[in-house]
Amino acid sequence: MAEFSVIGERLPRVDAREKVTGEAKYAADYSLPNMLWCKLLRSPYPHARILSIDTSKAERLPGVKAVVTAKDFGGWTWGWMPATRDEPPLAVDKVHYMAEAVAGVAAIDEDTAEEACQLIRVDYEELPGVFEPEEAMKESTPRVHDYAKNNISVEYHWNFGDVEKAFAESYIVREDRFRTSRATHGYLEPPAILAYYDPTGYITVWASKQSPYFHYRHLAACFKLPLSKIRVIQPFIGGGFGGTKNDSLAGDFCAVLLSKITGKPVKYVESMEEELVTSRRRHSMIVYSKMGAKKDGTLTAIHHQVVADGGGYTAVGPLSLYLAGFATTLPYRLPNFKYDAYRVFTNNPIGAAMRGHGITHTRFAAEIQMGMIAEELGIDPVEVRMRNAIDNPKPGTIYETINKVTLKTCGLKEAIQKVTEDPIWRDRNKTPRKEGDISWGVGLSGTSYLGGARQMGHQACAAIVRVCEDGTVNLITGATDCGQGSDTVLCMIAAEELGIKLEDVNIKRVDTAYTPVDPGSYGSRVTILAGQATQKAAREAKRQLLEAAAKTWQVKSEDVEIREKKVFITSDPERSMPFDKLARIACYSGTGAVILGTGYSGYGLEPLDLTNGIGNGGTSYSFTAQSARVGVDMETGKITVTDFTIASDCGRLLSPIQAEGQIEGASVQGMGQTIYEDFIMDRGKTLNPTLLDYKMPHSTDIPNIKLIDIVTNDPDGPFGAKETSEGSIVSTPPAVVSAIHDATGIWFKELPITPEKVIKALKEKL
Amino acid sequence: MKQIRLMVNGESHELSVPPWRTLLEVIREVLGLTGTKEGCSLGECGACTVIMDGKAVNSCLVLAAEADGKQIVTIEGLADGNKLHPIQQAFVEHGGLQCGFCTPGMIMSAKALLDETPTPTEEEIRRGIAGNLCRCTGYTKIIESIKAAVGNTEEK
Repeated sequence: MAEFSVIGERLPRVDAREKVTGEAKYAADYSLPNMLWCKLLRSPYPHARILSIDTSKAERLPGVKAVVTAKDFGGWTWGWMPATRDEPPLAVDKVHYMAEAVAGVAAIDEDTAEEACQLIRVDYEELPGVFEPEEAMKESTPRVHDYAKNNISVEYHWNFGDVEKAFAESYIVREDRFRTSRATHGYLEPPAILAYYDPTGYITVWASKQSPYFHYRHLAACFKLPLSKIRVIQPFIGGGFGGTKNDSLAGDFCAVLLSKITGKPVKYVESMEEELVTSRRRHSMIVYSKMGAKKDGTLTAIHHQVVADGGGYTAVGPLSLYLAGFATTLPYRLPNFKYDAYRVFTNNPIGAAMRGHGITHTRFAAEIQMGMIAEELGIDPVEVRMRNAIDNPKPGTIYETINKVTLKTCGLKEAIQKVTEDPIWRDRNKTPRKEGDISWGVGLSGTSYLGGARQMGHQACAAIVRVCEDGTVNLITGATDCGQGSDTVLCMIAAEELGIKLEDVNIKRVDTAYTPVDPGSYGSRVTILAGQATQKAAREAKRQLLEAAAKTWQVKSEDVEIREKKVFITSDPERSMPFDKLARIACYSGTGAVILGTGYSGYGLEPLDLTNGIGNGGTSYSFTAQSARVGVDMETGKITVTDFTIASDCGRLLSPIQAEGQIEGASVQGMGQTIYEDFIMDRGKTLNPTLLDYKMPHSTDIPNIKLIDIVTNDPDGPFGAKETSEGSIVSTPPAVVSAIHDATGIWFKELPITPEKVIKALKEKL
Repeated sequence: MKQIRLMVNGESHELSVPPWRTLLEVIREVLGLTGTKEGCSLGECGACTVIMDGKAVNSCLVLAAEADGKQIVTIEGLADGNKLHPIQQAFVEHGGLQCGFCTPGMIMSAKALLDETPTPTEEEIRRGIAGNLCRCTGYTKIIESIKAAVGNTEEK
């Protein structure tokens, strides 16, 4: 008999039907009678003092019901940690970045609300701005926030081992400066909310949030209400990828306040242009990487000095910089590591979380630099990786890095082996190196990402499994499927544990009035943490069912089993009944029992050590090896990516279709940030605020993607699972950059590698 | 106000709309067919794709007045009762969707493609959906779904 009956099966997602028929409702699809529309007035300056705001003309426009400015929020500010609550819902006395919101209007329709915004008069005193993070750190540069000396928002100084001694003893030491692009999430659903502050004092919102319980707490704090009076109802989410949809936005706070003032529901839908100029995007990071190695390529030490463009507020920045540091000791053995990181305030839009959070920057730098060192030493790219890769710990043992990150499984070596046996790498010298103007190259990378992220608090993660009388099951969790497929995975886990089919499990989307509290969808935590909670809840429900069966058959409950919707006595499988019959027996027994299993996750509970960078950032770690084949047009500089082969150690793939979709999607997103995507900024102004000019990959741009599954069966994950959603956005940039080097002989250190940069570099090389 | 007549998913609607209203706004807000999505509002993302007189169009770029007298098909018009259209079925089975926001527009572009080119090459499929952005899937499973839909449609 197969090990599993649901886990590992190629089953479609549970919400597929609603999504292909257009029935799935997203935040902007909700409406209520008498609903008003909210629009925001945004700042035309990146850095300016607000001298006065006159809303009287706007208020007199027929159809306008209310106008709010910062004073209406009574000085409330918010942030990721108590010490970093620096952000008001609307700018108070100063705007810190271009298009920061300064006022909100509620009117009978969108056009009137927009017209009213134009009638609000704001007097600004423009202030000198600061736009380059290294410039911002100079003593003489104006401050973005008065309290932040040298504009430093977050700084860490960690030191493990003795890097200076190691560099002195190394055969080779390299120092290089890398920079990552100003990339954004690029989901197609602009953030939206429908909010109703009802006359009894309850707030109900339908909002596009991938972490709805963050929003729940923000609203309670902002409106000074107990949490029980906040109800966040989760619509379908049109993509998340971290950042903006993890947080609350000016439009959210304004819609709720305007509803409180007017007594009517208020809807706010951001435009794509507003989204692109204000989104909490990936930090652009400058990484000064110093790396030492022995003659045989064995790494001796890394010292990373990171300067990250934080933009106007702190947001989740302390976590971004933590992640960019703690995981540098993965996936290669590293005996000495030093990290000096600065997140710097500028008058740019806010830097925050995005898929591959933090790790993608420093791993790109370290991976490329290791390639450079290998080239100088004349060591093969595969060999240098195999020599340094962490071995898969023997079952029952743990590998610990110098900063006390612990691994129970590591499939990197197997992944590298499989990827390099694949034809893209193996036959790279058998295919032509040059055809006309096109120079071909193949690159390789080996990387890691965390799963089951830890937090600073609010780690509660639970599930409830309710067995219905008809033999179906309701699964209730606080987890949010923002497109990644977690609802399907969680249902598969419940079905597997209970011995029923996927279609018998119905998952309910988050409604904070009913669902258990949960941190949200970030740090690839849902499958591992909510998955474990679901597994425990299903086991508890099953225990209750088995007891009912045992009582009926007058046997012990450990002698009863459920498989494929059939309940039977293990020693006498002929004695059986269908699952739905047992459900009825269990639910109708006595005066009527309720079969309800609850469970919570025990992973990820120890808090992050931001100050010293010691310990785990995740519950477990995925490992990825990837090859990429590119063609570079040596005349125009255009890069075409033709192939990816990606071997992922995700522990075990629970839902293969969903997992493959995550790996493919993240790799294409990673390709975008490597060769296309960048906000072009001019003194705080975004010059490419449309999807025409901010270049995301189209269907005609993508490579053929081949996936290889490495099974390591991690002990700390449901059915051995680790993460699948973010590994390939970390592995793709170094694989592509290495391939471009193979094609051109040039190591590019700044992303994205646009045709202009290629042409410039080729000319300089001549 | 402009008096127009739209045939949407086989149903006739007599409407009075301001001249600046887009077809997308009318579909979503007047007719309540929210399956068609608004992404960029500038014709760059394809989320609002509908079929007008047999051609896939960005409904955010079409004025409602221009659609007067035209036949419009939206995502809600594809399934036959409970039976999914073969393209919808293929997207379900082959994982051609994740968050689902681009999906209605993507399926409408795929339908317009297959109506005109019933057995497209992979290159033609890629070009057929080049106007539809998807940030989740990396397109691989969308292309697979459309290839599978070609098979499904042929079997029919």
